[in-house]
Amino acid sequence: MTSFLFISSGLFLGWSLGANDAANLFGTAVSTKMVKFSTAAVIISIFVTIGAVFGGTGTTETLGALGSVNALAGAFVVALAAGVTVYLMTCYELPVSTTQSIVGAIIGWNLFSGRPTQLDVLYKILGTWVFSPILSALFAIVFFKIAEYIVKNCRIHLFKIDMFTRIGLILVGAFGAYSLGANNIANVMGVFTKTSILASLQIGFITLSNTQVLFLLGGLAISVGVFTYSKRVMSTVGRNIFKISPVASLVVVLSSSVVLFIFASEGLESILLNLGLPTIPLVPVSGSQAVVGAVIGIGLAKGGRNVNYKLLGKIGLGWVLTPLFALIISYIVLFFMQNVFMQQVYF
Amino acid sequence: MKSIFGKSKELEKNIEEYLDIVEEALLIFERDINRYLEGQYDLFEENLDDILTVENNADDILKEIKYKLYTYMLIPEARGDVLNIIESLDNEVDLCKKVLMQFSIEKPEIKDFIVSDFKELTKQSLKSAEQLVRGIRTYFEEISMVNEYVNKVHFYEHEADKLEERIKRKVFSTDHINDLCKKVHIRHFSEKLAYFSDLAEEISEILSVASIKRSI
Repeated sequence: MTSFLFISSGLFLGWSLGANDAANLFGTAVSTKMVKFSTAAVIISIFVTIGAVFGGTGTTETLGALGSVNALAGAFVVALAAGVTVYLMTCYELPVSTTQSIVGAIIGWNLFSGRPTQLDVLYKILGTWVFSPILSALFAIVFFKIAEYIVKNCRIHLFKIDMFTRIGLILVGAFGAYSLGANNIANVMGVFTKTSILASLQIGFITLSNTQVLFLLGGLAISVGVFTYSKRVMSTVGRNIFKISPVASLVVVLSSSVVLFIFASEGLESILLNLGLPTIPLVPVSGSQAVVGAVIGIGLAKGGRNVNYKLLGKIGLGWVLTPLFALIISYIVLFFMQNVFMQQVYF
Repeated sequence: MKSIFGKSKELEKNIEEYLDIVEEALLIFERDINRYLEGQYDLFEENLDDILTVENNADDILKEIKYKLYTYMLIPEARGDVLNIIESLDNEVDLCKKVLMQFSIEKPEIKDFIVSDFKELTKQSLKSAEQLVRGIRTYFEEISMVNEYVNKVHFYEHEADKLEERIKRKVFSTDHINDLCKKVHIRHFSEKLAYFSDLAEEISEILSVASIKRSI
């Protein structure tokens, strides 16, 4: 029971991921009534959980290499600090990222416990934060140009374009949910993997390891976030961020999903290794920032008009402020947890 | 239960049918007005039912389009625009019926010296409406071409305006018609004929905005 109490902070983080980041995937589809909210919520929940359980190990290893949080109470504080930071950043309307807050919180734990922070891992993570929105923008430009060429030259009936867009939004949304689960579950549950609080589980032919059971719980927490809160966020996303056409929004969701996928896919990593190519680091990246990158990419593809450059500044600010806040909160709460609540926060 | 592909195809067909009917109504209108202007009054009256039949068909298909657009949840974002365009276009069909009926009931006396102007006014005004229908077809199939048709609608509307003014000036400055009532009567009908192009211009503005909204 105590174990579940301790992982509640991770579940809270999962809930907020479901409420915020998942909304990016279906925001336009739902707010333009192309896809019903209930359909979107069911699709996200299923695929985010599949992604988390079966594709989440790669990014978790990277976070583990950054800081191996080995006590349950410590993991609780790290996840809590990340969750609180996400909440604070949301209040300031910054493109919020659970990734950046969990990294800051882990470094806070490293400082508190006197463990060294692996700088090479940290630099790898920081590099992907900068690289992921840029990559997302590049994908968006390419996909947008392809879509534009098809719409202009293939004389497809308006109804067919809408029908393909609707089907595309569902398929890409499902792919995005899978990628989000695979890439971001490390943020939600990664810090608890070293604490081994759950047993493995047999469901039919499938055996889930204790880490996968933890990820299943995280996936369910994300799903609860989707069902309970994301409808509101989706309508905000639809109205404010995506003042773009359904086809363009399909491009945005596809681009950001591909970015989340390539930074989480162990399969892609092994293919690149086999081909003797440099691999892409498996690092949790921010879905929201990938989305902003893609929206800017579309603006650039349209000739650079209507690009909200303020958003770029906000992302940059988020890179600095989010981990910093999380680090400070994590350090302070760890202190209280250890000295006031008398809990062992590291071994 | 029909698949989304089937529903979309059905609606596509309905809209095609509807646009065909509008074009048919315009052709019938031009034919009947020419008969009237050429003095073939019996033939004009005999075929008056044609426009009534076409107008009824247009109404039936319009009802189907409305129903399918909303119950099948097709193109939710653009369906308001689609419906607005199609419903506004229905005014052109209604106008065909209304004006032909007025000719039939009021029997305006169009003197020989303005018959050719009336024919030309009808032609230019209907051309504007025809270009509108073509523009609407391209809205569904090749949205980037819509503006080309919108420009043509404006052009023919302007031509029709000039002809309307020309008729009015001729009528009010001539000695061939002494009765002011008859002059006013002819003016009224010239305005009715020019109204096809005015209406086409109004709808073309709606079309233009809708096409901008749809550009990716």
